[in-house]
Amino acid sequence: MSATAVPQRVGTPPTLLNYPFGRTYDEMFASPEVPRAHYQALQRTLLSLRPEELRKSQQAADLTFLQEGITFTVYGSKEGTERIFPNDLIPRIILAEEWAQIEKGLTQRVTALNLFLRDIYHEGRILTEGVVPRELVYSCKHFRREMRGLNVPRDTYVSICGTDLVRLPDGTFAVLEDNLRVPSGVSYMLANRKVLKRVFPTMFRDYGVSPIDHYPQALLATLRSLAPENSPYPQDPTTVLLTPGVSNSAYFEHTFLAQQMGIELVEGRDLLVHDNVVYMRTTAGPRRVDVIYRRVDDDFLDPLCFRRDSILGVPGLFNAYRTGNVTLANAIGTGVADDKAVYAYVPEIIRFYLSEEPILQNVPTFLMTDAVQRNHVLEKMDQMVVKAVGESGGYGMLIGPHSSKQQQEDFRQRVLADPRNYIAQPTLSLSSAPCLIDGEVESRHIDLRPYILMGEKVTLVPGGLTRVALRKGSLVVNSSQGGGSKDTWVLRAGNGDDRVAPGAAATDKGIAGRTSAEK
Amino acid sequence: MRPPRNYFVRAVRRDAGMLSRVADSLYWMSRYLERAEHTARLVDVELQLWLDQSPEAGAGRWRFLLEALRTPAGPGAIDPTRLVDTLVFSRKNSSSIVSCIATARENLRHVREQCSSEMWEQLNRLYLEVMDARPEEAWMLKSHGFFRAVLEGAHLFQGITDGTMSHGEGWQYIQLGRYVERTDTLASLMETHFKRMAQPADQVVESEEYLEWVGLLRACVAFEAYCKVHTAAIRPLRVADFLLLNPEFPHSIRFSVDRVNAALHIIGDLTERKAKAPTRIAGRLRAQLSFSQIEEIMADGAHAYLENVRSECSQIHAAIHQIYFDYAIEGELAS
Repeated sequence: MSATAVPQRVGTPPTLLNYPFGRTYDEMFASPEVPRAHYQALQRTLLSLRPEELRKSQQAADLTFLQEGITFTVYGSKEGTERIFPNDLIPRIILAEEWAQIEKGLTQRVTALNLFLRDIYHEGRILTEGVVPRELVYSCKHFRREMRGLNVPRDTYVSICGTDLVRLPDGTFAVLEDNLRVPSGVSYMLANRKVLKRVFPTMFRDYGVSPIDHYPQALLATLRSLAPENSPYPQDPTTVLLTPGVSNSAYFEHTFLAQQMGIELVEGRDLLVHDNVVYMRTTAGPRRVDVIYRRVDDDFLDPLCFRRDSILGVPGLFNAYRTGNVTLANAIGTGVADDKAVYAYVPEIIRFYLSEEPILQNVPTFLMTDAVQRNHVLEKMDQMVVKAVGESGGYGMLIGPHSSKQQQEDFRQRVLADPRNYIAQPTLSLSSAPCLIDGEVESRHIDLRPYILMGEKVTLVPGGLTRVALRKGSLVVNSSQGGGSKDTWVLRAGNGDDRVAPGAAATDKGIAGRTSAEK
Repeated sequence: MRPPRNYFVRAVRRDAGMLSRVADSLYWMSRYLERAEHTARLVDVELQLWLDQSPEAGAGRWRFLLEALRTPAGPGAIDPTRLVDTLVFSRKNSSSIVSCIATARENLRHVREQCSSEMWEQLNRLYLEVMDARPEEAWMLKSHGFFRAVLEGAHLFQGITDGTMSHGEGWQYIQLGRYVERTDTLASLMETHFKRMAQPADQVVESEEYLEWVGLLRACVAFEAYCKVHTAAIRPLRVADFLLLNPEFPHSIRFSVDRVNAALHIIGDLTERKAKAPTRIAGRLRAQLSFSQIEEIMADGAHAYLENVRSECSQIHAAIHQIYFDYAIEGELAS
């Protein structure tokens, strides 16, 4: 290729021109045109790339996702409709000291929630002392009477937790919600990293990013540490991943994790219970199962105990569990602690069990069961986010500022009909970050879901899934509602100021750039 | 009490076998694909023969085709267009080519992580190709391209499977499925054929009869292989001998049963269930085929012999199902 064929860039490149600044906290810019110190190397790299180079890199990344089958299934559409979970190429960067704070905060939070679950299914001290109202817990849709008095290995109810964090305008992180049942998305975290390392290898190395690739191993270690005491092989328990099946939206993640951990991916029909022991049906005969990482909701686990119409579960599983012959991770009935009304009490729960002040703050939450709070919310429906307490995935919620009068009236009726089922929060301004939208850099709202593992010890891999609300101005990041994700870089201690990577900008040309150069 | 730690012994014992559901899916996937291949070849050959033959000789052809494929014929006269539609495109007929390929794909889709991605891509491509094809005016006369595509697609899949998947227990179920199905379809085809023809003799046949016997050979991809052994002189007795008892030709019954037997032995070793029924029945059938003489078979009646092969074959199938896929759990735990 001759030198004259290379287009000459004149003046400011078009990228970063269309970057609006709002009232929210921006991850990249402290003020217009002035990036935060740890984003300067990223800015240099972005400025060195032409829009078509960025676009080509994005296409190459999308193709990787499609070819490797990193997809999710869309409900309610034609059979076998699989979509890629949109991935954004611009990483989100978190400083080591910010992460240290998050890690401490989440460890504290999940420890307290775990103690809370143990307590409400045993003595119920916190209820007796009136810190959390008894009727709030007992009226929770996910409270399982069947779990009363049942002991679980290591007293661990929540072994896998995904907590959604948002960054408030003042730059601090707050917990938006806890996911203590079957949190998903971790496979996308790993896939995003794999792709980004390919697109920006030099920048990645120069930044000093903490690795996350050991997540499957950490997950397996966590699961194995929870083996039942009476297992014939407590040191080497047979561990399986229970999936609802191919039609589940997260099926890719189930196969991915099972493969990465080297364990069997089973469906309900592969398992059976005999004499309160769980076996999986193999060609060499039944093999005893000790630990089940279940990706099936409580309701569907055991038709003899929970929903009778479930064909995803295993008849008799609960009795085997009750007898202590098998471990389920997470335990049954953990949904009480991520109920959005119980959420409001989490700071109190932390103080009660740990005698510590919460490190991560909650978002202000109004309980609809309280008449004063309810009236306050009903007067200001257009400024509130109203959520059903037991829902997840962005379903069953009203975002006041983006809603019509009709929708507000609809939610008002629903709240009045069943106040226990709803809570409200002021509309938050989620922080924004630069995202690549059709070759241009634009700002979009994001959140952060780190994954916490709790077995013998609490483990967090540095980072998590940064979810992006891809629709302009939207605050909803869920994949089912048009969300995407981006890689999350937690820097190693000592990295992240402007000493980072002066050379990075010149070398990374993205996938497309590099291929054409190699030709 | 904790059992003594002997890692290797224990690891072998506990890791033996694979999920029954997965084995079952691989087995059926393979059977369906083999069935699609067989049907495609047979219908293709029959359509070619139909062009060559006088109308009188062709009259019984469609009924024969349905019978050879064990597809129930509707009442009344058989209209060739509707017949081909039933055998090729109909989703109501679970043994039509399109249905078979769709079912094979569905089986593989459920165990996608157990096969190589190349396998999945190839089967998916074949599926999309046959789903795209639609019967139209005069489709029958230019259908050869379609059948060729099905055969090539299936062959490519087999090659990819052998080249990209570990030849472990899962692969053995794929072998098993293919050859159980092949034994059954071959026996069924020959049984129907022998019923229609005069007692095979060791004499060269001509004209209409010649076409029928060549048709049979072609339906088993055996014409060239037969010629190499017995020259192009078509002697029905030798054709029967070749298709039934030849140990080297992949579309003979004896060869297929040998493969079934071999796969069952390896699976028996891997699962430590060697003494079980499937291996025993397959061994018995294999011995029978190894020591039979074609003259004796014909003297006792080919029909009875083939009937027996098919019955043994379905017993093997039932035994595989009962021992490996859907055993009674109480019995297993008691032993």
